[in-house]
Amino acid sequence: MSETATTKLTRKDFVSDQEVRWCPGCGDYAILASMQKYMADSGADPAKTVFVSGIGCSSRFPYYMNTFGFHTIHGRAPAIATGVKVANPELSVWMVTGDGDALSIGGNHLAHILRRNVDVNILLFNNEIYGLTKGQYSPTSPVGTVRKSTPMGSVDRPFNPISFALGCNATFVARSIDTDAKHLTKVFAAADAHRGTSFIEILQNCVIFNKDFYSKVVDRSVRADMTVDLNPGEKIIYGAEEDKGMRFCANGLEKCSAADADLWDPASATESQAYAISQLDQDPDTPKPIGIFRSVEAQVYEQQVHQQVEAAVTDKGPGKFEDLVYAGDRWTID
Amino acid sequence: MTTTETPGADLPLQQLERVVIRFAGDSGDGMQITGNQFTQTSALFGNDLATLPDFPAEIRAPAGTRPGVSGFQLQFSSKDIHTPGDAPDVLVAMNPAALAVNLGALRAGGTLVVNTGAFKANDLKKAKLDSNPLEDGTLDGYRVIPVDINARVLDALVDSTLSTKDKSRCKNFYTLGLMYWLYSRPLEPTINWLKGKFKSRPELIEANELALRAGFNAGDIHELFQGQYEVPKTEELPAGTYRNMMGNDAIAMGLVAGAQLAGLQPVLGSYPITPASTILESLASYKHHGVVTMQMEDEIAAICSAIGASFSGSLGITTTSGPGMALKTEAMGLAISTELPLVVVNIQRAGPSTGMPTKVEQSDLLQAIFGRNGDAPVPVISCSRPSDAFELTIDAVRIAVQYMTPVVLLSDNFIANGAEPWRLPDLNDIKPFPVQFAEDPENHQTFARDEKGSRAWAKPGTPGMEFRIGGLEKDIDGNVSYDPENHQAMTDQRHNKIAAIAQTIPTPVLDGPDSGDLLVLGWGSTVGILTQAVETVRENGSSVSRLHLTHIWPLPNGLEKIFSNFKAILVPEMNMGQLTRVLRGEMPHHNFIPHNKVTGQPFLTTEVVAKIENILKG
Repeated sequence: MSETATTKLTRKDFVSDQEVRWCPGCGDYAILASMQKYMADSGADPAKTVFVSGIGCSSRFPYYMNTFGFHTIHGRAPAIATGVKVANPELSVWMVTGDGDALSIGGNHLAHILRRNVDVNILLFNNEIYGLTKGQYSPTSPVGTVRKSTPMGSVDRPFNPISFALGCNATFVARSIDTDAKHLTKVFAAADAHRGTSFIEILQNCVIFNKDFYSKVVDRSVRADMTVDLNPGEKIIYGAEEDKGMRFCANGLEKCSAADADLWDPASATESQAYAISQLDQDPDTPKPIGIFRSVEAQVYEQQVHQQVEAAVTDKGPGKFEDLVYAGDRWTID
Repeated sequence: MTTTETPGADLPLQQLERVVIRFAGDSGDGMQITGNQFTQTSALFGNDLATLPDFPAEIRAPAGTRPGVSGFQLQFSSKDIHTPGDAPDVLVAMNPAALAVNLGALRAGGTLVVNTGAFKANDLKKAKLDSNPLEDGTLDGYRVIPVDINARVLDALVDSTLSTKDKSRCKNFYTLGLMYWLYSRPLEPTINWLKGKFKSRPELIEANELALRAGFNAGDIHELFQGQYEVPKTEELPAGTYRNMMGNDAIAMGLVAGAQLAGLQPVLGSYPITPASTILESLASYKHHGVVTMQMEDEIAAICSAIGASFSGSLGITTTSGPGMALKTEAMGLAISTELPLVVVNIQRAGPSTGMPTKVEQSDLLQAIFGRNGDAPVPVISCSRPSDAFELTIDAVRIAVQYMTPVVLLSDNFIANGAEPWRLPDLNDIKPFPVQFAEDPENHQTFARDEKGSRAWAKPGTPGMEFRIGGLEKDIDGNVSYDPENHQAMTDQRHNKIAAIAQTIPTPVLDGPDSGDLLVLGWGSTVGILTQAVETVRENGSSVSRLHLTHIWPLPNGLEKIFSNFKAILVPEMNMGQLTRVLRGEMPHHNFIPHNKVTGQPFLTTEVVAKIENILKG
């Protein structure tokens, strides 16, 4: 353990000396603050923590964390984070990305890191818009999004990030909200504890280009009725009075009373149940699920990679290049 | 080797200095194995040799067609040789398509061993031949040895339990046996190879060995040839221990060695691509050397995972060919900007775009040196031959870690799959260059530079060193900076750092007089042909000198002085003049004459000789 980790750290210990350059009011501030606090409260060691990001507003995140940070190139953070983690599995690796970075240019790499189950925690800030390039629609924008690049409205159907991750066989899938520090922290802790890739979609407000796009879901006045929190081991209930619930049926899910609601266990739920829940918000009258959609154990990529190396060393003895060179059929000329 | 103990020993035994054989057949006929076995046996016998595999990109193009023809040419010699030879002395044609595609290369009066069992009407049709070349006079002027290999191999395996189809697949070993008899080669190396290769299938060992012996015995029993030849072992190679080596294998070993010498774990991110895939495969089999290999989802992920590994303090490596290089360019810029070590291996193939994946070209040089956005310099090194690839790969690793930079290591299809004797290095001559990671946070700045212009390498996990780096322009602490003066300074520093590498590169050694009318300047896999061409020109009575570059960017010091003593500098390249452009840009006051060929085939020695003599004539 390093010296810094033996004394109790505070949020400030995770604040870097860099001036934060997001727009005033951006949802990123709240996420940053929650993360810095979570790091301190969870006893994270800054020397063993790495934040990797791609390109976009969200991807400036590593500069503001007083940990190791790697601000990389557009869409490729999953591949770079894979290399960081494989080369040193002792590191706690977090990846920060956005809806464009992860699901447009980097869709391929996101799919593959989830499939491989590398032990990296992924935070996808979803504001359903391109911020850094000034407001074009993104792969999570609803059909009909009118922006400068789509003056007559976008025509392509959006990704649902949760459904995407589940479709990639992700072992941990969750959703949270930028301004809900308590919920965010709960999800961070679960993701941190999970061995394998943890995928968290964070609904995040872009005050400049997509202000309050999520207000129908997260406004204080409606949130209790328009979100349903998936808590492992608890019933699927929601509503200001906690009187409403959901239960599984032949067609997926249906609304019911809280008393009739089903228990939610993301570790034992079938993939189809998790997927059905992820699709709930297709209907504007049903609440948007947040919380933990899936949390299952599976082989972790970098552990297996290193197990193979160790097995080969045990089997053949530690190799030296000298033995490689002086191998095979040889002959001598005097 | 003596022939007196073998039957048919009354046939004359004639000594030859050098022989060029080309094996040609269908891509399913095992011609590459046949050629490699002949090569390996000749190497162990003590000949000098050089090889030229030439196969289609399609794994199994329709059988019997011209696009499906696979060839393997080798020259073996009792003298020091440099090329696989211009024109084969012997062509082995396993079917009409192989004959039609390769006959033009056979030297006048050369020997042609033809598998007559594959010349039925349907075979001729598949090869788009209107008449049978065995009968229509096409082969007049060649010494034709007709052998029904299809039938002979079935005869030889009459007692085998294999299916007829599997028996037929042994015909390449029958052919190999025939050639072993003709050139008095021992069978043991191939039999030993078979025993290792088919360890779990003893029936295949037995059948192939039978076919090999049957071919060998047919040589004298049937008196197919008028005699036997012998190419004595060479006395000209320098003393030492040798093994036969192919370029890609040498690079794989060099990467393991380089990482060990640097004290780092090698981490390869790669994506399969012809002709680089065998490096990934070799490294995957070296796990007991601590090698980590990740077969990633694409070329971009491959380099990015390697960059991530370097960020963590390992030696990041990625291997590819031209189209993959194109995809990696943005990520290379990130490694340049963050100044992380990385070895990028490009086994060049004919381009542009998908080009001709199994054919040779040197046309990625400008891409390697300049092909990125922004001012993004990287050192570029090129292997010349299988036997220098090991040491140059180690040098690529050295430069990457000592200068905190990506290094492009170029090779090509000819080196990758070609083989030659490799004199094994004296291990005492290989000096380690252990990496010292920065561990003291006191006064540490992420982009502070040492006397070489390189930054210190700190890695995550080191307490107190927490840094943030990225592709945005940064100041000395790694923090984002859009300051105009800072960008100029950082750009200058990155440029100067790469330029300073020239101080660690030896000036290449001239072959021939240090002044004269003409200097022949090459790089990469043309080395053998240019060496041979220059020797031939000298034998013809003219004076010419030769220089070969392995480190191309930055150019080594001392070139200006060498160049100034020659009236003209001929630059033969398998591209449209890429090195010529670089040289004209760097040293505009010399008379560079480009000589270019992009057929997907190496230069012929005669082509280069003609060009040189033409220039000398004035």
